Amino acid sequence: MASVSFEQLKRSDSVSGPPSSGDYTLDRGFRAVAWASAALILVLVAYIVLEIGGKAMPAISQYGLGFLTTTEWNVQAERFGILPQIWGTLYSSLLALLLGGLFGIAIAIFLTQDFLPPRLAAVFRTIIELLAAIPSVVFGLWGIYVLIPLLRPVANWLHDVAGGIPFFSTSLSGPGLAPAALVLAIMILPTVASISVDALRQIPYKVKEAAYGMGTTRWEAILKVMLPTAASGILAALVLGFGRALGETMALAMLIGNSNQISLSLFAPANTLAALLASSFPEAGQVEIRALMYAALALLAITLIVNAVGLAVMKFATRKFEAER
Amino acid sequence: MMRRRILLAAVIGGVGLMSAALAQTPAVPAAGAVALHGAGATFPAPLYQKWIALYGKEHPAVHIDYQAVGSGEGIQRFLARSVDFGASDSAMSDQQLRQAKAGAVLVPTTGSILALAYNLPGVEGPLKLSRAVYTDIFLGKIRHWDDPRIQELNPELKLPKQVITLVARQDSSGTTYAMSNHLSAASEEWRRGPGTGNVISWPSVTMTARGNEGVAGRIKRSWGSFGYVEHGYAKRLGLPVIHLQNKAGRYVAPSFESGRATLAANVGQMPADLRLFLPDPDGEEAYPLISLTWLLLYDHYPDAAKSAALKGFVSWALSEGQRHSEAEGYIPLTDSVATLARAAVERVR
Repeated sequence: MASVSFEQLKRSDSVSGPPSSGDYTLDRGFRAVAWASAALILVLVAYIVLEIGGKAMPAISQYGLGFLTTTEWNVQAERFGILPQIWGTLYSSLLALLLGGLFGIAIAIFLTQDFLPPRLAAVFRTIIELLAAIPSVVFGLWGIYVLIPLLRPVANWLHDVAGGIPFFSTSLSGPGLAPAALVLAIMILPTVASISVDALRQIPYKVKEAAYGMGTTRWEAILKVMLPTAASGILAALVLGFGRALGETMALAMLIGNSNQISLSLFAPANTLAALLASSFPEAGQVEIRALMYAALALLAITLIVNAVGLAVMKFATRKFEAER
Repeated sequence: MMRRRILLAAVIGGVGLMSAALAQTPAVPAAGAVALHGAGATFPAPLYQKWIALYGKEHPAVHIDYQAVGSGEGIQRFLARSVDFGASDSAMSDQQLRQAKAGAVLVPTTGSILALAYNLPGVEGPLKLSRAVYTDIFLGKIRHWDDPRIQELNPELKLPKQVITLVARQDSSGTTYAMSNHLSAASEEWRRGPGTGNVISWPSVTMTARGNEGVAGRIKRSWGSFGYVEHGYAKRLGLPVIHLQNKAGRYVAPSFESGRATLAANVGQMPADLRLFLPDPDGEEAYPLISLTWLLLYDHYPDAAKSAALKGFVSWALSEGQRHSEAEGYIPLTDSVATLARAAVERVR
């Protein structure tokens, strides 16, 4: 076999030749762009935090931590506190996560575990993803004109029958926590469902066959094999859904009632940080803007903490259910 | 062939739309046209819009726009000189007047009454509230509609066991000023507690909304709600309004007639700077919640054309314009006040 020198190969236009200098440049260039894009994200987040933090600084030094634990928002007296908004943000998002998470995961199981012919499942998946395309102001209007009138008789009946339970201790007048949380649940449903579907679909089919082979029923296979195997993906779906719920603005500003109170009642009006920001920014004066920046910083911190906790839980779940990677 | 026809139809349709749009935009301002920008109170906004539309028809060279952003913001923009005129239902405080580097001429333009509107499905007929009772509702002491103190005043009505949902203004507002000013006059406890201001610390259960239209809309959509709005806004949305007890102890319904009578009986107290507040008007038939609303003008405008156009418009509003007040639900100024106001406008240079 005649040996062909490296140099010869390099000159020939064979596809199996070594990389040309152009290839090297392209490779380096692409690598640089990829690095720059990744770095840009970090820079952007840092810049946003610094910018908001800088504008909030006067308010932080003036109101201190008391800002997070007091309940009054009075521009004229320059007294600001966001405890009711923090409470409302977490309460409404948790309720939404509970509902949206439950339904989202149930839908994901329904669509991936051979309950439906594959074509029909694909149609359903598209419809659920379409939910994500509905603008939030449309959800808000739907909440005001459809959901609230539907919910009101049920809520007021619950208040009459079980008014002693703190969750039902007020009647639903119109805007309130319950309609807001319900709309929020519908809004996070597509996020939770579609990421959970992807997680479940990633499990090789033979895993399920193996479970069946060991004599499990369908539900045992789903609950004890499939769900734990997909746990990290499903948790990621829940964390993303929760993050979306925390930051949702328009629909909540329309539905939650803008009332700075802390109440366990599902039917009482409340307020959230995002709704406060949206409704107060347009005509805020200088002093109020600083306080609003502080509130924005608090919202950012809550979101970051939720994401960090979510990541930790996800890591734990991965270790527990899916062998160490 | 088919595709080409569709394309043709689309082009024709597009041209049609464009020409329609062109036909609807107002004529390009002629040479020598003046544009005036104003911002402020939402309370008189429907009337101001009407005036601007009517005046614009007669004087096509003058373009006026008015943004209803609330009295507090109106005063801020006026002080920051980012508008040609401001508008406020709480006039301006002494401190704000001191901040007005370019001077300020306060011109009362119209009067109006505030209504306490409510939404109680199934309750027919006028609901009466005494001074002590509505103050206690605003203080958050009376929490349910079937409270014995409300029932006692309205023995013929069957009141539901529903939570009273207060609705108040979120933004800095002259309507809030007029409301809290009255409550301070009517109740010692209110004066020492929340007090008077453009922003009030309402009880924490209160829902807040932006602008008079926001409050009226919120009341319309929430059962058991109760709040204060300019009377015209309540009337336009068909909200039921409360008959209030006045200083003399009589229960009076908010109406054009009761408002005009109240204003006529009390304008004698008008001070020289035209800042007349009537927190608790006198008179047997007086309706307790009444307020004037003001335009805020600068003492001097560097642009003579602007100054002349603005003076023309405001003088017109204070004479011709007053005839349109009633149709929009406002109370025209009495002749004596209108004369004083026109004299104030003449001081603007």
